[in-house]
Amino acid sequence: MLSRACRRLSSSAAAAQQMHKVTMIPGDGIGPEISAAVKQIFRAAEVPVEWEDVDVMPTFDEFGRSTIPQRAKDSINENKIALKGPLGTPIGKGHPSLNLTLRKTFDLFANVRPCRSVKGYKTPYDDVDTVIIRENTEGEYCGVEHEVIPGVVQSIKLITRDASMRVANFAFEFAKNNKRSKVTAVHKANIMKMSDGLFLECCKEVAERYPDIEFEHQLLDKTCLMITEDPHQFDVMVMPNLYGDILSDLSAGLIGGLGLTPSGNIGATGIAMFEAVHGTAPDIAGQDKANPTALVLSSVMMLRHMHMHEHADVIERAILDTIAASKETRTGDLGGTASCSGFTKAVCDRIHQ
Amino acid sequence: PLFGLTKYGGRRTVTLIPGDGIGPEITTAVRELFEWMKVPVDFEVIDFHGADPDAEKRMDDAITSLRRNGVGLKGILSTPQGRATRTSLNIKLRTELDLFANVIFCKTPAGLPTRHDDVDIVVVRQNTEAEYSGLEHEISPGVIESLKVISREESMRIAKYAFDYAAKTGRSKVTAVHKANIMKQGDGLFLQCCKEVASLYPNIVFEAMIVDNTSMQLVSRPQQFDVVVTPNLYGNIVGNIGAGLVGGAGLVPGYNIGNDIAVFEPGARQIQQSLTGKGVANPVCMISSGAMMLRHLGMDTFASPIEKAVRSVLTRGDVRTPDMGGDHTTADMSRAIIDEVDAILTGAEASA
Ligand SMILES: Nc1ncnc2c1ncn2[C@@H]1O[C@H](COP(=O)(O)OP(=O)(O)OP(=O)(O)O)[C@@H](O)[C@H]1O
Ligand SMILES: Nc1ncnc2c1ncn2[C@@H]1O[C@H](COP(=O)(O)OP(=O)(O)OP(=O)(O)O)[C@@H](O)[C@H]1O
Ligand SMILES: [Mg+2]
Ligand SMILES: [Mg+2]
Repeated sequence: MLSRACRRLSSSAAAAQQMHKVTMIPGDGIGPEISAAVKQIFRAAEVPVEWEDVDVMPTFDEFGRSTIPQRAKDSINENKIALKGPLGTPIGKGHPSLNLTLRKTFDLFANVRPCRSVKGYKTPYDDVDTVIIRENTEGEYCGVEHEVIPGVVQSIKLITRDASMRVANFAFEFAKNNKRSKVTAVHKANIMKMSDGLFLECCKEVAERYPDIEFEHQLLDKTCLMITEDPHQFDVMVMPNLYGDILSDLSAGLIGGLGLTPSGNIGATGIAMFEAVHGTAPDIAGQDKANPTALVLSSVMMLRHMHMHEHADVIERAILDTIAASKETRTGDLGGTASCSGFTKAVCDRIHQ
Repeated sequence: PLFGLTKYGGRRTVTLIPGDGIGPEITTAVRELFEWMKVPVDFEVIDFHGADPDAEKRMDDAITSLRRNGVGLKGILSTPQGRATRTSLNIKLRTELDLFANVIFCKTPAGLPTRHDDVDIVVVRQNTEAEYSGLEHEISPGVIESLKVISREESMRIAKYAFDYAAKTGRSKVTAVHKANIMKQGDGLFLQCCKEVASLYPNIVFEAMIVDNTSMQLVSRPQQFDVVVTPNLYGNIVGNIGAGLVGGAGLVPGYNIGNDIAVFEPGARQIQQSLTGKGVANPVCMISSGAMMLRHLGMDTFASPIEKAVRSVLTRGDVRTPDMGGDHTTADMSRAIIDEVDAILTGAEASA
C-alpha cells in the first residue's frame, strides 16, 4: 500500500517536471462529451499532459477560403501535438470541409488508421490487426473539377512524386518503429497507369531501403476481395487518398464500427494531430450515449507518438478490458447499456485498481 | 435424353475468350458441360494471352467475332501495370463494344459456411467511363493528372439499367454508391441522374450512400443491400467486397452488356495467377456465367438444370475446391456438376 503510494508520488513528481502541453480541439456534436472522457481518463492515469483547449470555428477570407483562428494556429504550431474531436462541416456549400482546412494548414500528409479486433467484442472477423496509411493531401481529393461540355464532368486526380515519396517513407518508417513486418502498397496501376503507376514506383523505391521489411503490392480490387475473406494476412498498408478512405472504413466495419477506430494525422513540420475516424454523430449528441473509445485510442496513439509508452499501455489495457468485461460496461453502439460517462468511470476505476 | 433434340430453331455461335490465369481451365469446364448436355452452342474460340506480342490484334479479332455473334463468354486478360504500358484489353473490349453495364451477382450459396449469412447483392456497375477513361498526363516532372470523366448520358443509362433490372426481377431497393461530398460535380452528376431515374420508379426504394460508408456497411451488415448501382471504380470495389462476403471470387458470376452485345465473365474479374495451371480453381463462377448466357440466348431448358445442379452441389458440400475449404480439383467439381445435371434430367424424364 505504502509502496504504491510512494510509486504514485514519485511518478507524479517525475511527471510534474516534464508536463507536456497538448492542444485540444473538443469539436462539435459528441465531441465535447468524448473529449471530456479523455481528459478524465488522463487524470485517472496521471498522464503528465496539460491540455490547451482551442476553438477552430473557421473564418472566411475574401476569396471564400476558410482559415482557422490565429490562436488555434499558434497553439498547434507551438505544441506540435493536438487531439481533435469531430468537427461539423461549416454551413454554406462549396466550402471545403474544416478537416481539409486543418490538413492543409498544418500539411498533415499522412493519415494513420490502425484497426485491431477488440477482444471480447465479437464480430464475424476476430483476427484483424492492420494499419492503413493514407496519403492525405492529394489524389481524388484535390477538388479540381469542371464541366467540359454540358453533361460531361471531369474530376482531376493529382498524384505527385513528392507526396507519394513522403507517404511511402512514412509507411516504412512507421513499420520499422512499430515492429511491423510487412508493408502492402495498394493501387490501381493497371488502369491508372501514370498516376497510380507513379505512386507504386515511389513505394518500390522506398522499399529497397528497408530490406528487413517485406514489401508487397496489390491491386485495390484484389485487396477488397482478400481483406473481406481473410483480413489477418494484412499488416501495414499504404495507399493514395481515396483508397485509404475506403479501406479504412471497411476495416473499421470488420472490427465493430466507428466507435472503435482511432487515427493520427502526421505533418511535414513535426506536427501530429490525433482524432477519431468518426464524425459528429448528431443523432446521439448531447445524450451521454457516445462511445469515447475511438478518441481515447487516438489519445493512446498520441501518447506513443510522444514516447509515453507506459501511460499509453495503461490506458489502452483499461479501455479494452472495460469493453471486454461485460455488456453493462459497453456503450450502445457495441450493443451495451453503458452511458458515455458510465463507461468512462469504469475505465478510470480500472486504472485505479 | 432430353437434350438429344432441340425444341427451337438452330444452333448459336458464341465467341469464347478463355483469357489468362485460370481462365482456360474454368472455360474448359463450361465447354465440357455444354458438350455433355449437347447444348446447341458452337464456340468460336479466340485463345490468346495478354502478354502475347500480337495480343492487341487478337483482341481486334475477338471484337469482330463478338460483333458478329452478339454473345460471348470470357475469362480475364492480364494487363501490364505502370507507366508506358499498353491499356487494358478488357477495357478495349468493353468500350469498343459499348458494354456499358457490368452486372455482378453476390449471393451466399446455401450450405457453404461464410462469415455472413443470406447475402444477395446485385452490383450494377458503369463499365466504360470515369476512372477508366485512360486520360492521364504528366503536367510537370513528377506531377500526374488523371481525369475521371462522368457524363450525364452514361449515368442516366446505367441508372435506368439498374432500376429496370430491379423492377423486372422483383427487387425492392436500389442503392447508389458515390463520393459526391468530395467529387461534388462528377459524382454529384452521377447521383443526380440516379435520383432522377429513381423518381420514375416509386415502388422501388432508393438510397444513396458514400463509398467509404458502403464498404463499412458491406462487411458489417451486408443484408441491407439489394441492387447497388455505381460508377466504374466503386463497382470494382463493391463487387469484390461482395465476392469476399459470399465465399470468394470463384463463386461469383457476372456479365457485361450493351444495347446489342452481351459478354459473360466472372464477376470479380480476378486472374488468379497463383492458382494457374494447378487444376484447382473453382469453375463455378464461369459455369454460372455460362448458365446466364444460356438464359440470355433463350435456352432456359439448358440453363435451369445447370443452375439447379450448381446449387445442389454447393449445398451438399461433399465436393469443394480449396477456395471453399475442400481439396477437390476443378475437374472433380465439373464432374460433380455434370453428374448432378444428369440426375436432374433423369429425374425429370422419369416423372414426365
Ligand atoms: N463515438 C461514437 N459512439 C457511438 N456511436 C457513434 C460514434 N461515432 C459515430 N457513431 C454513430 O455512427 C453513425 C455515423 O456517425 P458519424 O459521426 O460519422 O455521422 P455523420 O452524420 O456522418 O456526422 P458528420 O456529419 O459529423 O460526419 C451515427 O449513427 C452515429 O451515431
Ligand atoms: N475461380 C476461383 N477459384 C478459386 N479461388 C479463386 C477463384 N477466383 C478467385 N479466387 C481466390 O481469390 C484470391 C486471389 O488469388 P491469387 O492469389 O491467385 O492472386 P493473383 O494471382 O495475384 O491474382 P491476380 O493476378 O488476379 O491479381 C485467392 O484467395 C483465390 O483463392
Ligand atoms: Mg471516410
Ligand atoms: Mg461523417
